[in-house]
Parts: sequence; C-alpha cells; structure tokens
Amino acid sequence: MDRFSWTNGLLEINETLVIQQTGVRLYDGDDKAKLDVGIALLSTHRLIWRDSKNHDCCISMPLSQIIFFEEQAAGIGKSAKIVIHLHPASANKEQGPYQNSKFSFIKLSFKEHGQIEFFRRLNEEMIHKRWESTPASQPIPTGVGSQAGRTRAVGIVGIERKIEERRKETDKNISEAFEDLSKLMVKAKEMVELSKSIANKIKDKQGDITEDETIRFKSYLLSMGIANPVTRETHGSGTHYHMQLAKQLGDMLQAPLEERGGMMALSEVYCLVNRARGMELLSPEDLLNACKMFESLKLPLRLRVFDSGVMVVQLQSHSEEEMIASALDNVTDKGSLTAEEFAKLLGLSVLLSKERLLLAEKMGHLCRDDSVEGLRFYPNLF
Amino acid sequence: MHRRGVGAGAIAKKKLAEAKYKERGTVLAEDQIVQMSKQLDMFKSHLEEFASKHKQEIRKSSQFRVQFQEMCATIGVDPLASGKGFWSEMLGVGDFYYELGVQIIEVCLALKHRNGGLITLDELHHRVLKGRGKYAQDVSQDDLVRAIKKLKVMGNGFGMIPVGGSYLVQSVPAELNMDHTVVLQLAEKKGYVTVSEIKDSLKWENERASHVLDHLLKEGLAWLDSQASGEPQYWLPALFSELTSRDVTPEEANQMSP
Repeated sequence: MDRFSWTNGLLEINETLVIQQTGVRLYDGDDKAKLDVGIALLSTHRLIWRDSKNHDCCISMPLSQIIFFEEQAAGIGKSAKIVIHLHPASANKEQGPYQNSKFSFIKLSFKEHGQIEFFRRLNEEMIHKRWESTPASQPIPTGVGSQAGRTRAVGIVGIERKIEERRKETDKNISEAFEDLSKLMVKAKEMVELSKSIANKIKDKQGDITEDETIRFKSYLLSMGIANPVTRETHGSGTHYHMQLAKQLGDMLQAPLEERGGMMALSEVYCLVNRARGMELLSPEDLLNACKMFESLKLPLRLRVFDSGVMVVQLQSHSEEEMIASALDNVTDKGSLTAEEFAKLLGLSVLLSKERLLLAEKMGHLCRDDSVEGLRFYPNLF
Repeated sequence: MHRRGVGAGAIAKKKLAEAKYKERGTVLAEDQIVQMSKQLDMFKSHLEEFASKHKQEIRKSSQFRVQFQEMCATIGVDPLASGKGFWSEMLGVGDFYYELGVQIIEVCLALKHRNGGLITLDELHHRVLKGRGKYAQDVSQDDLVRAIKKLKVMGNGFGMIPVGGSYLVQSVPAELNMDHTVVLQLAEKKGYVTVSEIKDSLKWENERASHVLDHLLKEGLAWLDSQASGEPQYWLPALFSELTSRDVTPEEANQMSP
C-alpha cells in the first residue's frame, strides 16, 4: 500500500477513465488497509481509489507499478478479489496513506461484485500500456501545442456526473422495460384466460373440435408456455414439433447409445444434444415429450422409467432379458459386484449400472448385501 | 360451402346446435380457437417489439429475470417450458437457462464421486461461474434455482434441501426423508456430526441416529472418521469442501478414480 499517493482525483490530459466499481476495499498485502470501502477507478494511466463517504480521501498509483495481477476466487463469507503484485515504489513518489509496507502486493476486494469486468479491463490496459504512448501531464490552462484550448482537464466530478447520468438512463431503461413488461403480461394473461375457456369447452363438448384443431390448439399452448388445462400435461405430446424432434433424436442418438451399452440417462442425452446444438436449445420438457413419442412413431428407441424415477433412453434392440442375463453373467463371473465395479466393467455410468443390477434383483436373479461399505450384488442361490 | 362426406342430416343437426349456442350467447370452441390464433399473432408482434427494445435487460440483469419469471408465474405462463415457445425464441430466455442446466449437470457429475451427489448452492454457483469463464454473462443463484427446477422433470433426482439459510442441491435419486434432512442441517455448521450431537440436539435414541447416519454413508453422502478423538465423526463432503481442501477442477475430478 505504500505505492499509493494522495491525489486530487482530477484526470490528466490524455488520461481517460476506463471503468469504475463501487464497493471495493483495499488490502495491504493480506491485511485490510486502514481505509473504508470505496470506489475503485481504472484509468488508462492509473489505478485510483476514493472513499465513498469522504471524497477528499483519494489515492492513486501509476499502472506502471504493476508487475502482474491475478484473481482470487470468492469463498464462504469472502468476496472475490484481484491481487496485484507491484514494483518497488520510485524514489520521488508523492506521499500517500502508507509510508512503507512489508508487502509487495495489494488486493482489491469486490464486495459488490464487478470483479470480472474490472479484471478484464485492467488486463486490456496492462496489455496496451496506453500510458506509455500518451504521457499524461498536469492540466495547463492555455492548452498544449497545436491543440491549444481544445483539450481540457476533466475532473472526476465531471466523469462521475456522466456515469450518474448513464446510471439514471439505465435505471430509466429498466423501469421502462418493467412498464413494457407489465403491459405485455396483461396481454399474455388474456391468452391464458382464452385458452382456459377453450379447454373447458372442449371438455364440455361445446362445439365440434376436429383432431386438427386440437393439435393446433396444443401448439398455441406450447408457443405461449401455457400448461394444457385439459390434461394438465405440459402441453407437450402430440405437437408436430415434438414429432420432428423425436425423429431427429432417433437419428442422432443411435451411435452414442451403441457406444454406451445401449442406454443413456435422460440428463446425459440432454447435455449431449444441447452441446451439439449450441443454440436453439431444447428444454428438459421438450426432450421428455419427444422421447415419449418414440414408440408411437415406431422409432428404434424407447423411453424407460425405472422404479427409482430415473429415466433413460434405450435402444429397442437391447431387450430386458439381454440386460438381466448380462448382469447375472458378470456377477457370477466375478462372484459379486457393486454398482461401481459393474460400471467400470461395462463402461456405463454408475447410475445406470445400478439400475441394471436392481432390475436383475427384481427379477430374482441377484440378491443384495447391503452394508455401510456399499451395496453388493450376488447371484441368487435361493 | 359443402363439406364432403357429411350427410344433409348431420349438417342440419350441426346448424341446429350452433343456433342453440349462439342463442345462448356462447361462442363455440372452434371459433375461439380461430380467435386465439389471431390473438396469438398479435401477441407475437408485441413480444417482438418488446424484445427489440429490452432483450438486453434480460441478458444483463438477473434482477430483471427474477421479476420476469415471477410475473409469468403469476399469470400462469411458463416461459421455460419449451425451446419452441415465443418467450424462449424471441427473448432468448430459453437458451440461457437450458445451457445453465447443462453446466449444472456437468458440475454435479464431476463432483459426485466426492460428495455423493450433494453440493451446496454456493459451491455450485461458484463452480458454474468458474466454468463459464471470464467473459460470460453473470449468473445469480436465483437463475440456478430456476434451471434446477426445470431439470427435475428428467427424473435424475434433482432437488433442493434447505440448510443453514441456503440450500443443498441433490443430483442423485437417493431417498432423503425428513430425518436425513434434519441431520444434514445439524451438520452444516462444522461440516460433520456425531451420534452424541444428534442425540443431544434432536433428542433421538441411538438406533434412530445410527440408522440415518448409516444411510448417508451408504449413499456416499457422508464419510466416517473413526479415528477422531472422542467418538467417530460423520463428515459431509458437500459441506466441507470449501473450508479445507484444495480446489479440484471438474477435469481433474474426472481423472480421479471413483
């Protein structure tokens, strides 16, 4: 902290403000500096800090003092920090709050977040080192060189005012956004009421609804995100969208399923498919509703729900008997197996290998030994 | 206008029914569906207008997202139900939460071998942010909670357990009843719990306490330290990871043997 000098807070000619962040506390090395929480400002030339309450308390340090810096992640009860390692102070350094310090580094603690953006900007400034190409000098009333009179000293106060204006503008934008949002919601609510009315009529058979119209109605519900009031199902199954999806999945999942022993947890499929898509991702419900259509579309995949509630997509070719037989074979072969051991053997996830063992147990082929050391399966000799 | 294949009798019957309804002032369902289609188109253009002005707010402001979600819930609309929904397509809310879902699943999977499938919301938040990198959009805990709620539908055991003012996120279908939950809450302060502590605080008998602890051990949610001075301590990795251990990346965790 002895690299800092008192400053009046005025930016110099050619010095521009890059970013500022409230809620920053300074640390002298690992110790909290004897200053309160304040505002950290990064300019093209300096790191400046000012006390939030007492604006006269303002210190700065040239960016050239910085050797390197790194992030320190947040922890329980601790804010994220940026740790900045510094060169020794120069001999003609102006006075600051600390005469000397045993530390060669400081920390900025971001109590109101903002560290991500601050770090990024600091990084940019340290890469470009703009202070070297545009040396700042104290503001001279008559201007400098051919640009006499054009460049002016801009005080922190001026900058602050601009930022305050921008913040007010942002606030205005947000409140405008909320206003517009409320209006939008009123219209959305009308749609919800209308769909309820339609659903009731369908139930009471007031009118002659064709199959086609029902499908159309369901797709309207899907677009609006309204749960199907009739079936209480999330408006999913039966729309063209899900049918298309189901077919796409049928193609896309063949190879991955083969690689994974014919079975994948639905959440695995979710990750796989969405990672591949990159954009226009599927919602979990989209995926579920598409998978429910496998059977009716005669695709070679099936959605299966185990007793535990775990949902998997499996290749239809992988019949139940095959899975149970393979489980029994493996267990008999090794004498006994836990879900983890079985998983390693088959290259399956632990979750799914456990389900297979449980299934074999349910069918009476295996029995369990349940202890604190784990759940182990043995061939059923009873 | 003729409808093919419909006899004159049927037409007459229908006309009679229609007349009856119209008399009563009731609108028929199929007419309402047509009406809905028109209103939907109008709504879509309003939403487009809203999106062109305010899409950034949703992206940037987690506070705005919270408000948005709550408003939708109030009127009975789920903007995250489908990627094909208007909300998702035009405001981009969908992709934000669905991608978050993928990241949550991946973090939980990577750490499961260590904490048995239980993780604090704080740690999950921290690791998700880390995984997203320096330049990604900020993600709040509310965002995580909503994404997790959506993941539940896939039957992978996602759930949230209130503990110590925040939550534990469960990502495996282990059965955890009230007894288990209350012991987890007790363990939250120190990261571990003993049988005596359970008996003192909750006034349970030995068997009940042991039964619960055994279950947590079996599910891999608790580790037993039988060499602790005094009596054995049951540690919950989900709770102590940030206090003591070195930070492990998901990649490193993957390479560790289960």
